[in-house]
Amino acid sequence: MKLTGAQALIKSLEMEAVEVMFGLPGGCILPAYDPIIDSSIRHILVRHEQGAGHMAEGYAHVTGRPGVAIVTSGPAATNLVTPLCDAYMDSVPMIAITGQVGTKSIGTDAFQECDTVGITRSVTKHNELIMSPQDIPRIVREAFHIATTGRPGPVLLDLPKDVLQGTMEWEWPETVDLVGYRPTAAADPQRIREAAQLIAQARRPVFYVGGGVLKARASEALKQLVEMTGIPVVTTLMARGAFPDRHELCLGMPGMHGNYTAVTAMQKADLLIALGSRFDDRVTGRVDAFAPGAKIIHVDIDPAELGKVRRPDVSIVGDCRQVIEEMVKAVRALDDGAQPDRTEWMAQVRRWQEEFPLHYEQGYEEGDRLKPQYVLETLRDSTPDDTILVSGVGQHQMWSSQYWKFDHPYTWVNSGGLGTMGFSVPAAIGAKVGRPDKMVWAIDGDGCFQMTAQELVTASSERIPVKIAILNNAYLGMVRQWQEMFYEERYSEVYLSPDLPDYVKWAEAMGCVGFKVEHPEDVQTTIDKANEIDDRPVVIDFRTDSSEKVFPMVAAGQSNDDIIPGPTPGRKVVQ
Amino acid sequence: MAPRPKLHTLVVLVENKAGVLARVSGLFARRAFNIYSLAVAPTDDERFSRITIVVDAEETPLEQVTKQLFKLINVVKIDLLDPDDSVERELLLASVHTEEGERSELIELVNVFKGTIVDVGHDSVTVMLAGKPRNLDDFEELVRAFGIVELQRTGRVALPQLDKQAPRLRSVVGKVS
Repeated sequence: MKLTGAQALIKSLEMEAVEVMFGLPGGCILPAYDPIIDSSIRHILVRHEQGAGHMAEGYAHVTGRPGVAIVTSGPAATNLVTPLCDAYMDSVPMIAITGQVGTKSIGTDAFQECDTVGITRSVTKHNELIMSPQDIPRIVREAFHIATTGRPGPVLLDLPKDVLQGTMEWEWPETVDLVGYRPTAAADPQRIREAAQLIAQARRPVFYVGGGVLKARASEALKQLVEMTGIPVVTTLMARGAFPDRHELCLGMPGMHGNYTAVTAMQKADLLIALGSRFDDRVTGRVDAFAPGAKIIHVDIDPAELGKVRRPDVSIVGDCRQVIEEMVKAVRALDDGAQPDRTEWMAQVRRWQEEFPLHYEQGYEEGDRLKPQYVLETLRDSTPDDTILVSGVGQHQMWSSQYWKFDHPYTWVNSGGLGTMGFSVPAAIGAKVGRPDKMVWAIDGDGCFQMTAQELVTASSERIPVKIAILNNAYLGMVRQWQEMFYEERYSEVYLSPDLPDYVKWAEAMGCVGFKVEHPEDVQTTIDKANEIDDRPVVIDFRTDSSEKVFPMVAAGQSNDDIIPGPTPGRKVVQ
Repeated sequence: MAPRPKLHTLVVLVENKAGVLARVSGLFARRAFNIYSLAVAPTDDERFSRITIVVDAEETPLEQVTKQLFKLINVVKIDLLDPDDSVERELLLASVHTEEGERSELIELVNVFKGTIVDVGHDSVTVMLAGKPRNLDDFEELVRAFGIVELQRTGRVALPQLDKQAPRLRSVVGKVS
């Protein structure tokens, strides 16, 4: 069967069971847009290419399937660089398809030409410039294989216009044969036995669970291992929901803005069992002061993570689910799974929890400002417990992670590694497309919202009913917090104004329903109204207290021992 | 002369495709690792090229470099060669200024090092020397006195040292010890 390169591309995507792609056409990618009309694949027309990338990410986060973004050459490709880097940092499976100038024009500075493969090389797991239409099915097949196996990540395919227009003989490769890519050998059983022995000796162990557990779809296995051993769990920003927050062994999020118990339990532990986590600087604080008394078991599918930051005592290369399942067996094989007496350790953990809970105070008097944490708690208690929560980057992101209760995997979508402001609106749209059966709320800051809000036009026109809660404190809040704490309250270029833009009018102009909430007593009723709307997006402009800061906090470059619990009345920091 | 850095050699077998060298060198740049020398050429199998990268072992986290390199899809195999367990060679070309009457002295030096004169000009000669990198270092130092006009080294290539014992013999040794 003879096909054009463009037809082969779309057919290859169909063969990979792609159901939706996010994109925006232009000159060089034009040929690929013609067969889209006849394809089973739904195309969502974005308003900015960055939106396409983050939507693909949001889709991938909640479905586990690779998100697909398709855009043209030059500026469209460069607009994809941020989402690609975001997906690379957070190991999100994604396929980016970019148009390119014709093969004869490459290197001539042609109109809308850029060196897409060169520019994106360091922000993709792999990328490829396709030079012949005949290669399209094989390279598409390889791209999906690379994006979804091993440590997942974004793969970019660059397609010159003449390659899309040329003809080829259709043939779908049955297998993938990449001589230099053989991910995931089964984990070494000896190492797993060593890990089980360390666990059986540990008096103060903690499971340090990272995003790899979600990527490996290992939540069930993890729960079994945790309940069997009775060891408490922290879930990093990328792993929220991997273990239920309401479980008695869950200590919540560790790190710079983690809660006191999670941070301190890791500091005082004698064993950290790191599962798909990478000792990120936002978790460890000053590395040489991080968990000084702890032995380390480190499990990761990416060998390069083992020993990158902290030398493990037992390092295990493998898929988290397989390794955890094997660990369950190995632990059981030792003395019938008997664990040492850790009553004292758990009692200590409970004392920290009681002494240093998360804390804020919402006043109800005239003139009391609305607290962002109050908005989050009210929203949390007014939505189904499998609601997907998406956030941007900054204070609102930390409060979301702190105050929400994630009891199910794949219900939390955020930009962790890269910290991309503007992530939430498009990512929420992608998440809702992937899971239309679930309620999707985005928590956004006013600064973030202004970066990508135009995608709500996409959401309105495609009837994707996402809900956006802007915690509008009229500031770039996290920067403001640092300037207050570390720059002697010298506020430099952080004020944004609560009224400019008018968020309600802006929401309405984009086809959404817009609400504004200034007082605590209106929070519940407005959220209830928003939850009733299911035919279009909703935006709520919550006017929150700009003086509110995120606590606990470990200042940048400091030891986690120096955690600042926050201005809780009547409490002192206990070292 | 500055103390010689402790060098390690990474022999990286890659797919012989466009842009692969850029991926490898880009990874070094991205992770802030320094390359001391680099040599690239196709192997006997035209599907593959071999990149020989020499790094300063004291400045470079070799394990991390190797693991990161191995993540590149086009990288097929990596051998980390210690200079003590490998055969390393390099080639040097140097145009050397020769004053009246110095030429025979230079030729003598070249002969000692088993080099070759490959070009002769009216006041200079071009010398080729292939050998162990250390010998090249020594030669470079000695020839400097004549006045180097231009000097170019290829960067080293290396292969692992071969087993010196026949397999049968080795297994006997294993049993005894």
